[in-house]
Amino acid sequence: MGFFWTIVVLVILLGVSWRYLGSYMAAVYEGRVRYLWWVERPIYRVLGVDPEAEQSWQRYAGALVVFSGVAILVTYLLLRVQGLLPLDPQHLGAVSPALSWNTAVSFATNTNWQNYAGESTMSYLSQMVALAVQQFVSASVGIAVAVALVRGFARKSSPTVGNFWVDLVRGVLYILLPIAFSAGLVFVGQGAVQTLAGPVTTHNALTGAKQVIPRGPVGFMEAIKELGTNGGGFFNANGAHPFEDPTALTQFLSVFLVLAIPFSLTYTFGKMVGNRRQGVALAAAMVIIFGTWVGFTSYAESQPNPAVAAAHAVSQPQGNMVGKEVRFGPLSTSLYNVASTQTSTGSVSGANDSFTPMGGFGLLTGMMLGEVTPGGVGSGLYTILLFALVAVFLGGLMVGRTPEYLGKKIQAREVKLAALGVLVMPVTVLVLTAIAVSIHAGRAGPGNAGPHGFTEILYAFTSQANNNGSAFAGLNGNTAFYNVAGSIAMLLGRFAIIVPVLALAGVLAAKSVVPAGLGTFRTDTPLFTGLLVAVILIVGGLTFFPAVSLGPVVEALSHGRLF
Amino acid sequence: MAVPAGSPQLSPGHPTPRGVAQARGLFDREILAQAALGAFKKLDPRLQVKNPVMFVVLVGTVVTFVEAVGHPGVFSWSITIWLFLTVVFANFAEAMAEGRGKAQAETLRRMRAETEARRLRPDGSEELVAAAALAKGDLVVCEAGDLIPSDGEITEGVASVDESAITGESAPVIRESGGDRSAVTGGTKVLSDRILVRITAERGQTFMDRMIGLVEGADRQKTPNEIALTILLAALTIVFLPVVVVLQPFGRYAGASVSVVVLVALLVCLIPTTIGALLSAIGIAGMDRLVQRNVLAMSGRAVEAAGDVQTLLLDKTGTITFGNRMASAFVPVGGRMEEDLAEAAQLASLADETPEGRSIVVLAKQRFSIRERDPGGRREFIPFSATTRMSGLDVDGRRIRKGAADAVCRWVTEQGGVVPAGLGQIVEQISRAGSTPLVVADGAEILGAIELKDVVKQGIRERFEQLRAVGIRTVMITGDNPLTAATIAQEAGVDDYLAEATPEAKMDLIRAEQEGGRLVAMSGDGTNDAPALAQADVGVAMNTGTTAAKEAGNMVDLDSNPTKLIDIVEVGKQLLITRGSLTTFSIANDVAKYFAIIPALFVTTYPQLNTLNIMKLHSPQSAVLSAVIFNALVIIALIPLALRGVRFRPASAPSILRRNVWIYGVGGVVVPFIFIKLIDLFLTAVRWY
Repeated sequence: MGFFWTIVVLVILLGVSWRYLGSYMAAVYEGRVRYLWWVERPIYRVLGVDPEAEQSWQRYAGALVVFSGVAILVTYLLLRVQGLLPLDPQHLGAVSPALSWNTAVSFATNTNWQNYAGESTMSYLSQMVALAVQQFVSASVGIAVAVALVRGFARKSSPTVGNFWVDLVRGVLYILLPIAFSAGLVFVGQGAVQTLAGPVTTHNALTGAKQVIPRGPVGFMEAIKELGTNGGGFFNANGAHPFEDPTALTQFLSVFLVLAIPFSLTYTFGKMVGNRRQGVALAAAMVIIFGTWVGFTSYAESQPNPAVAAAHAVSQPQGNMVGKEVRFGPLSTSLYNVASTQTSTGSVSGANDSFTPMGGFGLLTGMMLGEVTPGGVGSGLYTILLFALVAVFLGGLMVGRTPEYLGKKIQAREVKLAALGVLVMPVTVLVLTAIAVSIHAGRAGPGNAGPHGFTEILYAFTSQANNNGSAFAGLNGNTAFYNVAGSIAMLLGRFAIIVPVLALAGVLAAKSVVPAGLGTFRTDTPLFTGLLVAVILIVGGLTFFPAVSLGPVVEALSHGRLF
Repeated sequence: MAVPAGSPQLSPGHPTPRGVAQARGLFDREILAQAALGAFKKLDPRLQVKNPVMFVVLVGTVVTFVEAVGHPGVFSWSITIWLFLTVVFANFAEAMAEGRGKAQAETLRRMRAETEARRLRPDGSEELVAAAALAKGDLVVCEAGDLIPSDGEITEGVASVDESAITGESAPVIRESGGDRSAVTGGTKVLSDRILVRITAERGQTFMDRMIGLVEGADRQKTPNEIALTILLAALTIVFLPVVVVLQPFGRYAGASVSVVVLVALLVCLIPTTIGALLSAIGIAGMDRLVQRNVLAMSGRAVEAAGDVQTLLLDKTGTITFGNRMASAFVPVGGRMEEDLAEAAQLASLADETPEGRSIVVLAKQRFSIRERDPGGRREFIPFSATTRMSGLDVDGRRIRKGAADAVCRWVTEQGGVVPAGLGQIVEQISRAGSTPLVVADGAEILGAIELKDVVKQGIRERFEQLRAVGIRTVMITGDNPLTAATIAQEAGVDDYLAEATPEAKMDLIRAEQEGGRLVAMSGDGTNDAPALAQADVGVAMNTGTTAAKEAGNMVDLDSNPTKLIDIVEVGKQLLITRGSLTTFSIANDVAKYFAIIPALFVTTYPQLNTLNIMKLHSPQSAVLSAVIFNALVIIALIPLALRGVRFRPASAPSILRRNVWIYGVGGVVVPFIFIKLIDLFLTAVRWY
């Protein structure tokens, strides 16, 4: 019953934020909200940017790539020299080159894949200045790309798609900082630690055992970790650690924060293109897939763990409690982890590795669908728009018109860019997984043999190529091979999609608009939502069917049944 | 509404195939034989590489062939043969589509026998030269019985010409110098009189040459939408390549050995071979369907654009109304009997051979059973002239006239008669209704007026309603005054009208529509239509029109029936729907193929995967082979659909989409499950396995 009300309240809150956060974000990116102009202006002056000057898609993409490149370099250097810098109470010393590289790429691409345990690797300065800063800016970059694409649809015969620097700064100042600060207060209020005083050592008077308990500036980092769909936690245990996610309220707040911006962006989209129903159609597709996956995974996890059942160890009235926090249980953990894998967050409040095979299937496939339901901040919207273009192309042809979406004709160039954007991820995942299972360095990674080990590798690359960052665990990723291969997956999964998306934005912005008529294939109807859901499922299904068959499906079937 | 017998009836959706498009069955034996041969000729890799999907199949066939030679076995040879057949079937589909065009071109070539031309020398004497030697600008003489050697314009004379070689219409047409009926086409035959023709086409560039090229599809280029679709199909093919290739390392990791033959089979089953094989056939067949309706499209691009048209500009005369006004009522004046008026009007029209005159005779017969008769006695017909603006008959002292109101009134007053008081009102009423009044007088007495009505074609209103349902706006173009135009526009049910239209106004209207992002289609025949025809996205020139008009448009209607525009739009839509539906079908098919092949691939390593073998196929080999056979046969099975096109019913976009999603999307998922199972049962029954 409690889970039911959790869902009800979540739906209501998301509905409210969809409407109001959505329209607020439209106002921010259309430049109609300017109350922080006094902060903005000095920033532009320092950057040497004219905030009124708009950029072509090439310049926009160029600025974005340069910015992200610099971000990776700065983060890398900070981690390499963290031993020389202040705020390192545990004297942790420099992070190794391969790990620094992987981590820098991971945070700059909004992935937050962590081949390390935060509390024993990163100084407070690294956590705050290197990592948390990237959690803000990488999220803002994602939203900026989505907004540029939306402008492409909204504008007529325009040579420009916006100004990257303005979008970046405004995203951080007007959207991420205020919400993260408010949410951070709640986290800290609920007991998430926030201190620079270093770890504490406790002595157990009875046993004489000494225990070091790491602490740090956790609470506020937690807020942006969720809000920016980053997922990189302060501690290795991530959301399952009581200092990160202390209470049921913060657990709930986390799920809400993760979903808030990606869902609300569909409203922003509808508002900016001048037809809110267009945004509703996308949001509906997201809700259908997300809801189905939550139901599926929760159901799988509420079943007994087959391995435990086989051992006749204990009865499992609550379902699969292996790897779960007793505070949350299977249902709440399923909701949290599905929300985290269907956005680009990747934080977890229970061990994915210990999910039932079908529960793990739910998490893995959530990412394989391209993370569009609702997906990462910005990345969810721009990726689902790519799927929408493919759906429009097929649907438009089937009504006897050369396809158009929001009045923009979908021709060879648009199809080429959309197909590229949609297909980069599966190809990256499959090829890197194939390499990993073929070479010794790759085969050494998984902690389990057989299909479960295969799933661990497949999951790792799926997570990184989707900029998700969740780990199935059980895979030792801090090796030269996995650090480098993973960084390739993250870079391709981010920029090999962003660049085509921005090109698409430019091509679309330059087009004129065909007015809609009765013969137009309408994209604000349930029919379109259905077609879009079908396209997302079919593309994901066709590309990953064989791989998934050899992983979770085979594993589940070896217990004799799927659940 | 009275429609005289013999007037062209509008038959929506049922064009009569004739002329160039001598109706051939879909599976004409001669075409089948040609296509079967063509299917093998097209195996040339240089041709295959143009179709990325089928090229992958061809390469796959070579790979399995090498494997089969290295490790011979029933399975590998069966797969190789069926993969090869997949390529052949695709070629066959294309050859079928082309074959129909080629057969038509052959008929045309036979008709275009090498002709001799009588060229005029500058001094006026004639010389005999081969038609091939004619250059642009030459003057030739054609007399009764001569074939016109090349395209040209009549500079002198009038002749009746048999154009059946092009239009299939056996009734001769009149061609005369000057005006909009001066163009003649090479290959047509002069039936009477003598004309001087100035050649306007270079050798090899004549209308007949272009027509042959078009129906043959010789210089067929991919259309924009076809290119976009090819890119999508290529992208799918490219992504399935790693999907399949990685199964080798994945399998090795799981401890399974994956045969190359099975991997190739899986790849071919997954890539969109169905649509890949049929795509070009669909395009060619679309052009062919237009040819069957006696419309020649100068490019596939125009056919595609036709599907997108949102505004249709239609000339009132000939398209919406019959070209001629028809008598629809007798309105007597000043207490006269209607029958007396009809009798006089009929007498006055007996010798009047114009359609208006005939219609008066017909109406008199219908209303009062006044038969055509010989007026007898001493009689003189007074023909219509531009100065008198009347016509009529003098018989036995009776002088009967009909004509424009003011002309007849003046004639009556000159004879001392009085114009009845009510006449002015009657004339005005008729004019206001969009009709033309003809006043009839018997001597110095005015009997009344005949209402000549612009008769809207039957069925045209329903046709416009269908167009509205698919989101196409119709605009009527007319030279009439706004009052008349509004009346007819309302009666015909068009969305808008342009009255007192000048070529400039027409052009402005097209530009305005295009600036709003809409695609415009129009038809025209006169030289003054040429700029608008060129500006319109789909410009259909009438074959009876001038050379300038034909060159400006991107389609030519051989029947010169402006109503064709509507058919053309439907063909364009049908073309796109067929592409989209078959693509959806092709992709939807993959689901079943996965369920057939994936369990078969790994079942020896993971026996539990047999749970996914939901079709309960007999063995791994039979499962893979069944999927490959289905994949090949479905191409053959869909050729008729590709050539004929998916049925297009005028309806709103959502209802068309819903229907096609059900048939080709959901059907595309279900159908292969059934047929792969059936093929598997057959293979098991004949103990292939």
